[in-house]
Amino acid sequence: MSDSKRSVTKPYRQPLGDKLWRNFVIGVPYFWLVLFFLAPFAIVLKISFATPIVALPPFTPLLDFSANASHWLLATWDNYRFLTEDNLYWVSYFKSIKIAAISTFICLLIGYPMAYGIARATPTTRNILLMLVILPFWTSFLLRVYAWMGLLGKNGIVNSLLMNIGLIDTPLQMLYTDMAVYIGIVYTYIPFMILPLYATLEKMDTSLHDAAADLGAKPWQTFIDVTLPLSMPGIIAGSLLVFIPAIGEYVIPALLGGIDSLMIGRTLYDEFFVNRDWPLASAVATLLLIIVVIPIMLFQRSQQEQE
Amino acid sequence: MKAQRSTKSYVAATPWLDPEATPFIQIKGLSKQFDDFTAVDNVTLDIYKGELFTILGGSGCGKSTLLRMLAGFEVPSAGQIIIDGVDMANIPAYDRPINMMFQSYAVFPHMTVEQNIGYGLKKDKLAKAEIATRVKDMLHLVQLDELAKRKPHHLSGGQRQRVALARALIKQPKVLLLDEPLAALDKKLREQTQFELINLQYELGITFVVVTHDQEEAMTLSDRLAVMDAGRFIQTGTPTQVYESPNNRFVADFFGTINFFNATVVSADPATNTVCAKLEKTGTQLKANSDVAFATGTEITIAVRPEKIIVSQQRPEGDHLTITKGTVEDLAYYGNRSLYRIRSQSGRIIQVSAQNYQRSEALVLEWDDEVFLSWDSSCNVVLSE
Repeated sequence: MSDSKRSVTKPYRQPLGDKLWRNFVIGVPYFWLVLFFLAPFAIVLKISFATPIVALPPFTPLLDFSANASHWLLATWDNYRFLTEDNLYWVSYFKSIKIAAISTFICLLIGYPMAYGIARATPTTRNILLMLVILPFWTSFLLRVYAWMGLLGKNGIVNSLLMNIGLIDTPLQMLYTDMAVYIGIVYTYIPFMILPLYATLEKMDTSLHDAAADLGAKPWQTFIDVTLPLSMPGIIAGSLLVFIPAIGEYVIPALLGGIDSLMIGRTLYDEFFVNRDWPLASAVATLLLIIVVIPIMLFQRSQQEQE
Repeated sequence: MKAQRSTKSYVAATPWLDPEATPFIQIKGLSKQFDDFTAVDNVTLDIYKGELFTILGGSGCGKSTLLRMLAGFEVPSAGQIIIDGVDMANIPAYDRPINMMFQSYAVFPHMTVEQNIGYGLKKDKLAKAEIATRVKDMLHLVQLDELAKRKPHHLSGGQRQRVALARALIKQPKVLLLDEPLAALDKKLREQTQFELINLQYELGITFVVVTHDQEEAMTLSDRLAVMDAGRFIQTGTPTQVYESPNNRFVADFFGTINFFNATVVSADPATNTVCAKLEKTGTQLKANSDVAFATGTEITIAVRPEKIIVSQQRPEGDHLTITKGTVEDLAYYGNRSLYRIRSQSGRIIQVSAQNYQRSEALVLEWDDEVFLSWDSSCNVVLSE
């Protein structure tokens, strides 16, 4: 009797194992991010304040506690100052942002109707269409970029086709132009645009479309007034997923772009591997992060506050 | 429960009895086929101006498809919809003089209350000042003045329902369609809202077509209603007609509870509007009103509503009574009334609903009490199917 009474009045306490397990589940990804993202970034940040020397590693240590050192902290702004002085860096930053922005916009223009079509398809067709969007990931990215070289080259498929049907006499210069870079980036990143757009469009309440039509909105007005604003989270997510990797893209401009298509990824590579100026390369990377990530973070925060 | 209108206007508001009256909405042989499934099967219906008409049926009976065809969201497979003399066949949803209140309300989540309500007028390209005044009036009508700048996710279910209603009413449509208007509200709010709806409809004179699965909602709201099953109308009439004179077992059973007795016809006389029938097991003879000339021996069903039956411990006296005896097997006390399940001599359970008109802390009847059940013969409903 007293036993059963005690068990009834005993307050419910969460078992210790539960709490541990929960912390563990949350902890693992955090640990992963700290180890493989934050720590390397801290190293890059550290190197960006060092001075290049011919040694291994090719930069001075940040902290020097040896007796003959004049200062224990050897940080310098020289690398950052150099970035502002040589307009090569600004040109490539600007070019990267321009190419990434235009590619993102093209991805949105092509991806939105595709995502909309997939979201409105019957469940069986929908799965097939989604599969087709993801399918290119099953082959190597590099291979697919090489395939575009084959397509766009002087003796490539596109040129020979156009010449065969008599549209052109001499082959068009398509490879090693900005256009080829756009094609490559849009082609590679469009699934990252389609998938988040599909996710928002698919769960959109269709009775909202009916309601707009019922209140006198023509189909295009329904799209502008209802569908587009409500798919904004998908548009933002998709655009960020395309824009962020596109801005630092190295392989596509290196393989498809011309000598002058100097994107920041290429500049970074040159500083790092050709000039072996690790501190300057680190400064380029850090500045890129600041230029791109901080406005995006501020934008997302303002979006959250609006909610 | 029905909000009372003056007797005079109520009599005038029965255009379906007037053969001269022109129907406002004419639905002629309307069907809708989805692949090999028939959602709406050859429905014909006339609805008159200013009427509050309800289409009642269980889920999947085709009532929502019918409503969506009226609104223009579904294209009929066959048949015709004429509203105020205009064939709707080639008129898209956005051009129809119809507005709809959706079941989930479909309030635009990214617009404020004000923007939601004004949306229809904005699409009609009205002047900003006029939109503002009309939105303000409408906000006042649905008592949402304070909430004009709120976004829908800061509103309660009842408030959202009123936004949806205001948004649909502001264009002053010829017809307002309401899909399960009260389903998402709690009980107290439903009762209040349903009176508000009726008053609003009466004031504005807009023809309302309501779709619902809730028979109580249908009874309290409607001028007339249609019971729908498997894409067809089973019975159309006023709530009292459909409740008191159902024309088949499905309709009788759909509204509240009812006792069914199997019987065979002994004699039928259409001239005096009477049928004499013999109950299946006990052979008890009873009389009922029917103008059908049944042949002797025809199997029929006699239906009696539980509230028509009087329970008494003495044998009741009187003419035209159907009387039987039984014992109380089960009872449920609801406060205002009690529900008894009484086992008759033949072993059948008869449900009786009795008003507790005496104030008594003890139960009027106890389990296993021997009682007499009686009801006026006019309460016997004859069902042939």
